[in-house]
Amino acid sequence: MAVTTSTPPDTQEPAAPPEPRRQKRSAANVWLGVVAWIVGIAFFFPVFWMVLTSFKQETDAYTTTPKIIFEPTLEQYEGVFSAGVGPYLVNSVIATVFSTLLVLLLGIPAAFAVSLRPVKKTQDVLFFFISTKMLPVVAVIVPIYVVVNQIGMLDNIWTLVVLYTGMNLPIAVWMMRSFFLEVPGELLEQASIDGAPLWRTLREIVLPIISPGIFATALICVIFAWNEFFFAVNLTAANAGTVPVFLVGFITSEGLYWAQLSAAATMAALPVVIAGWVAQNKLVQGLSFGAVK
Amino acid sequence: MAEVVFDQASRIYTPGAKPAVDRLDLTVADGDLVVLVGPSGSGKSTALRMLAGLEPIDAGSVRIDGRDVVDVPSKDRDIAMVFQNYALYPSKTVAENMAFPLKMRGMDKDERAQRVRQAAEMLGLTEYLDRKPKALSGGQRQRVAMGRAIVREPQVFLMDEPLSNLDAKMRVQTRAQIAEMQNRLEVSTVYVTHDQVEAMTMGDKVAVLANGQLQQYATPPELYDRPKNAFVAGFIGSPAMNLLDLPRSSSGVTLGGVEIPLPRDVSDAAGSRDKLTIGIRPEDWVLESTDADSSTVVKAVVDVVEELGSESYLYAHLADDTSTSVVVRGPGRVKVRFGDPIAVRPNPDALHVFDAETGERLP
Repeated sequence: MAVTTSTPPDTQEPAAPPEPRRQKRSAANVWLGVVAWIVGIAFFFPVFWMVLTSFKQETDAYTTTPKIIFEPTLEQYEGVFSAGVGPYLVNSVIATVFSTLLVLLLGIPAAFAVSLRPVKKTQDVLFFFISTKMLPVVAVIVPIYVVVNQIGMLDNIWTLVVLYTGMNLPIAVWMMRSFFLEVPGELLEQASIDGAPLWRTLREIVLPIISPGIFATALICVIFAWNEFFFAVNLTAANAGTVPVFLVGFITSEGLYWAQLSAAATMAALPVVIAGWVAQNKLVQGLSFGAVK
Repeated sequence: MAEVVFDQASRIYTPGAKPAVDRLDLTVADGDLVVLVGPSGSGKSTALRMLAGLEPIDAGSVRIDGRDVVDVPSKDRDIAMVFQNYALYPSKTVAENMAFPLKMRGMDKDERAQRVRQAAEMLGLTEYLDRKPKALSGGQRQRVAMGRAIVREPQVFLMDEPLSNLDAKMRVQTRAQIAEMQNRLEVSTVYVTHDQVEAMTMGDKVAVLANGQLQQYATPPELYDRPKNAFVAGFIGSPAMNLLDLPRSSSGVTLGGVEIPLPRDVSDAAGSRDKLTIGIRPEDWVLESTDADSSTVVKAVVDVVEELGSESYLYAHLADDTSTSVVVRGPGRVKVRFGDPIAVRPNPDALHVFDAETGERLP
């Protein structure tokens, strides 16, 4: 008897609680959603406003009551091109592409080496890498300027390529090392039993696994190099200036024209946005280690 | 095909500390499947990795087909290994995975393809040759790893717990497949497992390791019937052998007030020891009527009954010594339940006797 009376409440009880819990969870979800939207809009709004302004006439751009409805125009973009953004864009592309390629070329073997068989000294090496990032760039700009000047490389885009490579290499090695560490050790051991030389192991087995990580690293390098301003403004002039330098020159030579500046800034941001968009697919793929586990 | 010899082979991770593998002496006869078995930390995987060239040999030597391989890199040892997680190259297809070791050895494309095809047929992988490992089930991945080892036609197969990642049914099936294939190919094989059932069913010979030291190296029946020490006795067999520390009596030992006589040679070997470790396998108890005279049978109380259908295992504690537990095999559909009293008597001809201090078998 005791058994039969105790069963009904047992079966009812588990059925009852989930409903309020689900409600509570969905209420929390709504709140989190609202917060996410607020944060997202706060981040996106300045960018949105910049793009919007770039399509305005100067008179519309500088009103005390901000205008949302106006007649869009491409005039500002034409203005930017006629101001000569072309060579600056080319310089930025050269500095970004070549420095990123160099970083990958040097960084991949370095990261492989420090992750393959870590010993005590590896930690020191890694710290040495990252320690170069601890010194503010301002502190080294004078000696760099003197050196670059003496070897006659001022206002030369390849100077920036070298500097950007050095600037991004430590971060890239650190990032890629963490991806290399994710590769199961058995794969490397299997490859060595199979008789694959190290470079083949790296190229045929390891790199395909961590290619999303390499992409992410490359994207970071591209963004940093594209947006770098301090070296560029100090070491270049008319010949080797990059887009950020152009933007600044824009302000001083033309006065404060909001619409045109917005158009220039939008154009400067566009390549990075496109690079991010292209890499996105590769990044979202994630690291697919499922196959070996 | 080759004989594999471990000759006093040692692996010492940190100088001064206990070696991971301590002066291992082991000979794998040509074409044999030898299983290294032991609990985790016993050094079985380390021993295998020493043979594979993935761990250095710090002392002693390892010989494959008479050749000392201490300074020979893995790829030149003519071995093939199957890892626990299969270590398939995720970016390569099944066919590419299997062909990779051949490609690295400079074999031409046609022969590669032919060997891969043969191995794939043998393992039932033909229709999966173009798939990536990601698109395979666990059992299929395991077979690809086997295939990659087979195509090499190496002198020795090394297998490091190749079945551990499979589900129970798949494991039993693959176990038989591996044993059958190894018999057919007659390639010397060293197989590492922590599962004593795998060891007993697959090995021509089994090496039991513990704490980096070889405990016993023998055929499965020999391990079961004459374990060399208490560790092997307790490790081989499921459920494990009952190992009881019992005081000596005039003609043998006493268990729960019952005199258990020991054979003449055993009691001679036991000498003046006042305590002995007695090993009794679950099937070596005889269930008696509970009315029997308590000077001839051991009384116990049942804690758990494991009913397996064809047989059952009774986990019980002694009636007059609750700290001593025993496992007794009974018939299937046994009528005993939790808390019931039982009476048991050990089969005197099937006793295993060990030194209570060292665990060594007597005599």
